[in-house]
Formats: sequence, structure tokens, C-alpha cells
Amino acid sequence: MAQKTFYEELKAKGYTRREFLKFCGMMGAMMGLHQSGVAQIVEALENKPRVHVIWEHFQECTCCSESFIRASHPLVGKILLELLSLDYDDLLMAASGHVAEQTKEASIKENYGKYILCVEGSIPTGSYGYCTLAGRSAEEILREEAEGAAAIIAWGNCACSGCIQGAHPNPTEAKPVHRLISGKPVINVQGCPPIADVMAGVLVYYITFGRLPELDNMGRPKMFYKNRIHDTCYRRAFYDAGLFVQSFDDENAKKGYCLYYMGCKGPNTFNSCGIIKWNDCVSYPIQSGHPCIGCAEPGYFDQEPLYSHLPSVHGIGIEATADKVGAAATVLTLAGVGIHAVVTNIQKRKLILNNEELPVKKDEVDGN
Amino acid sequence: MKSRRRNLVEVYVWEIPVRFFHWFNALFIVILCITGYIIGNPPAVQHATEAIHNYWFGWVRLAHLVTGMLFTVNIAFRVYWAFAGNHFAHWQNFVPMTRRQWHSIFETLKVDILLLTKHPVYDIGHNSLAATTYLGLFFLSLVQIATGFMMMFVTTNNVAEPATTWMLFGMNGFFVVRYIHHFLMWAFVLFMIIHVYLVFYHDYIERNGIASSMIGGWKFVRRDVLREFIAIHRREARESKTLIQRIVNDCDPDNFPEDTLNDPTFTSRK
Repeated sequence: MAQKTFYEELKAKGYTRREFLKFCGMMGAMMGLHQSGVAQIVEALENKPRVHVIWEHFQECTCCSESFIRASHPLVGKILLELLSLDYDDLLMAASGHVAEQTKEASIKENYGKYILCVEGSIPTGSYGYCTLAGRSAEEILREEAEGAAAIIAWGNCACSGCIQGAHPNPTEAKPVHRLISGKPVINVQGCPPIADVMAGVLVYYITFGRLPELDNMGRPKMFYKNRIHDTCYRRAFYDAGLFVQSFDDENAKKGYCLYYMGCKGPNTFNSCGIIKWNDCVSYPIQSGHPCIGCAEPGYFDQEPLYSHLPSVHGIGIEATADKVGAAATVLTLAGVGIHAVVTNIQKRKLILNNEELPVKKDEVDGN
Repeated sequence: MKSRRRNLVEVYVWEIPVRFFHWFNALFIVILCITGYIIGNPPAVQHATEAIHNYWFGWVRLAHLVTGMLFTVNIAFRVYWAFAGNHFAHWQNFVPMTRRQWHSIFETLKVDILLLTKHPVYDIGHNSLAATTYLGLFFLSLVQIATGFMMMFVTTNNVAEPATTWMLFGMNGFFVVRYIHHFLMWAFVLFMIIHVYLVFYHDYIERNGIASSMIGGWKFVRRDVLREFIAIHRREARESKTLIQRIVNDCDPDNFPEDTLNDPTFTSRK
């Protein structure tokens, strides 16, 4: 089988060179590369054979794939189908059943140690029954395929940190990829879903430079997850000015004030929403008037309620936030102090009046 | 009501650096709690003007961050003074390692907190229970400083940024860190209430001037308590001549128990 390059594939599909170069330029800009880096991208996509990819779907909603294939730049979606040699993706492939499994096995055998394993979804460890593909458990499949992979890309919050299935009480005992696999590089491309351009950027980077992008210690590519949404938000000025939306239907919401008061998790969340934005750089949640829910952070779904900045306190059985617990403890303490003062006056009456002489015991004296 | 003056001796307990540390610490904690609470729950301040004319939330945050820095420096200074200061400021007071300290902790709990006995526990400096809670407060402060720095430095070029960001991500990001930082604020509020109450309590029961001691540094100590204290430290004083000597030198000679001064085994006055 002759290995076609991405450019050859595109040419065959009728794309012009101009469109191809525009795409390369866009990718370079997103990765924050210098102009010369763009030339490197062009060269790589023209010459390097396509990378073989096995794409697995475990416990998830496929929103990562949706995000990718619905990207508005025409070539972003094409990456999936043409830049990569997508040998197995049970969501998108035409084949099914034994044929599909045979294709995967053949590809793994042929490209052992070279292919990229892309994982969408978390892996249930509670019982194999929760997620079984072709009669095998998700964990078994993951461990086997990770063995021969050059690198693993964990798409989305499910594969990076468990997302909704991994939220309290986590009935399936869902675990993210990096908790199960060790000894292989795992890139966490966070978000629910990740931004399509970010997904494309990670893949293009790998193909161009032949290595993983620089990761932070949560395994996220720094070039896309270095900034908080808060720091790149166009509404940040309203935050510093103390102008907040107080309710979704008030005047302030109309004026586009800061959504911090409405529970915006922008100050907690590292992602590129404020820079790259979504749907061909058109908008992102905050721009359309909705607070960020922090979907690119681990455990964001446990930080409920989503529309409150302070999460509820778990484990005490009532609706409460840290402030309510703190205020209750303060009241109790004040009451305790008051009772203590009264009891002191009764019980230590003689001492207060100094009507009794109390001896000093040796070991009571400060004798450090 | 009878006076206890006859039995009391003045002892210089809190040196100037300790007093300054205390009041700065109190000031910073109050500012940090108030500004921190506002940052967590901004009040609905309505403006008729545009954002360009306003920066109040920015100022609140600036106050919080600057005060946090000063708080850190203040704590760092106190750690230094725990080695350089006098006997009552020494770090060993705060770490319950000896049998006597543990005994004192339980005694104080029985006498002052649970009010089980009428017999007071006399200490010159901190009582062991208080000192141990200050150690706890010190660790809480360290957690607040660490979590605060993680959140503050993450988008800066501070030299500590790589380390704090590493910790931030190691703790699974902002959610956890912010939660801890917010929750522990209430621990400081509770501490303040109990601390201020117990100062009033001790001043009222023991008449040792504990409240004003943090202003002037002098405490009233029962003569027999001081005598015992010196007796315990005699050997130590002969060997090092540091701890006890400073206390004795700082004491008013007129009020000092004469038998102690004339004791030939007590050498630190020479």
C-alpha cells in the first residue's frame, strides 16, 4: 500500500494549493509558530506519510468527534479523514463487526510502535459490563492498544479526567487514560469537547515535528492551555471594574457585564476559548452571555451548582456552600463563647473575687 | 474583692518584634478576610457609569494580593524570631514535644475550656494549649500562602511561577485550590473569635494583664510562679546564660523575689 501524503490526498480530492497553504498558515498561527514554522508545516504535510491512527470510543458522548468533524474550516475536519490514516474509528468507519476488528488488528500489527492511539471517553473499572466493545472490555482494549502506540492522545474531559461519568458518585468507577496507562506519553486535550482547532493543532504539531508538544504537568499542551479563559476574556474589564451580571435577564446582562457572579468558571479554567474561540473563531460561551462551566478542568462536574461560584459542600447532607458552613460555625462559636463566659462567672466566682489562695504545682509552671 | 498586687511580679514577656508581628498579623488577617470574602462574593454595586471609570474590584484584589505578600513576609519574620527571640518567643514553646507540655495542654483544657476545675494553670508566656493552636494557625497560614501564591502567580512571570503552577496543576487545578483557600478563611474567623475571647477570659480570671501585655510587653506573674520557673531553668541558665538571663535582666529588680536573687546557685545575674 503506497503511503500518500496529506497534500496528495487533498489534491486528489480537488483542493487547491492556495487552500492548503491557508490551512498551514492558520495552524502555524494557532500553535504560535514563527513564519518559518509554517514552511515546516507545509513541508511536513507535503512529504511525510500519513500517520496511522487507531481511534477508540469508550464511555463518552462522541462530542469530541462531533467537534472535530463539524469544524467550520473545511480542512480541519479533513485532517481526521485524510491527514491521518484513520485505520479504525468505530464511529466513522464504514466497516463493522469482524471486518472492522480485523482491520484494526492488521493495522496494529503493521504499524506496531508507530501509530497514535486516540481515546475518547473514560474507561470504566467498576465492571466490564459498562463498556464492552466486540466482546472485550474497554480497559482490556486500551491496555492492549497502548502497548504498541507511539503516543496516546486523550480527547476531551472524559479521557483526561473522567468528566460526567467520573463525577460523584462515579457508579462505573470511570478512570481517565493517564490513570491506567503508564510508560507511554499521554497528551490530555481537555475540554468538553475540546476546540476543533486545538485538536487539529495537536495532530499537526505531532506530524510536523515528529514529537509531542510541550505539556504542563497535567499533560495538557502548553500552547493551547497556558492561559486562563479569565485572562483572555474580553469581559475582563468589567470584572476589574466590579460590574457584574446579577441575573440572566437584567440590564447588566444586556450590557455584557462580567458573568463572574453568575458562576463563571473562567477564572478557574485553562483553555483557548477566549483566543481561538469556536466555530471558525466566531464566539465562545461567555461571548454569547453564558458563564463558563469550566469543562476543561478536572472534576468540573462536581463543582455544582454550575451557576454559582462557590460549589456546594458534599457530605453533610444539606444544601450548603463553604460560606454557609463557615457562617454557621461562626454563630456556633459565638454561642459557645457566650455560654463559656456565663459558666466561668458562676464556676470561678471565688477566684475572680480573689477570696481563695491557690497553690502552684510544680509541673504547671512554664518550664520549657 | 481583694487585690493580688502583693503577690505579683512584673515580667517582660513580649519583645518589641513579637508585639509588632502580632498586631501586623492581626491587621493583615482582618484585611485578608474582608477583601477575600468580597472577592469570593462580590456585592452588587450598581453603576450608572461605564467600566472605564471604575476599578473598585481591581483595587480590592490589589489590596488582597499586596496584603497577602505582607502577611507572608510577616510570618517569615516570625519564623526567624522563633530562633532569635527570647524564651517565650522560641519555637520550642509552640511544638508540644515534652511530657510537661502535653500535661499542660490537658490541664488547660480541663481548667479553662471545659471549666472542670477551679484551679488555674499559670504560665508566664503562652500556655501550651494556646501555643499549640498557634502552631496550627501557622500551618493554616502556610496553606493559605501556598494556595494564594498558586492562584496569584499562575499568569505572571514571577520567579516562583514554575513551582507554584506545578503545585497548582498537581492539585488538579484551580477548583480545589480555590476551595481550600476559601474554606480556610473561615478557620481564621473562628480563631479570631476564640482568641479574643480567651484573652478577655485570662485577663479577667488571672489578672495577669495579658491583654495589655501585647501592647507594652509586660505581664504580671505570681511571685511563686516566677520562682518555680527560675528554679526549673537554673541548670539551663548556668549552662547557656541566655534564656533566663534575659528574662531576669528584663524584670524590675525591685519586684524581683529576693530569695531567688540571693540564691548562690543562680548565676545569671553576674
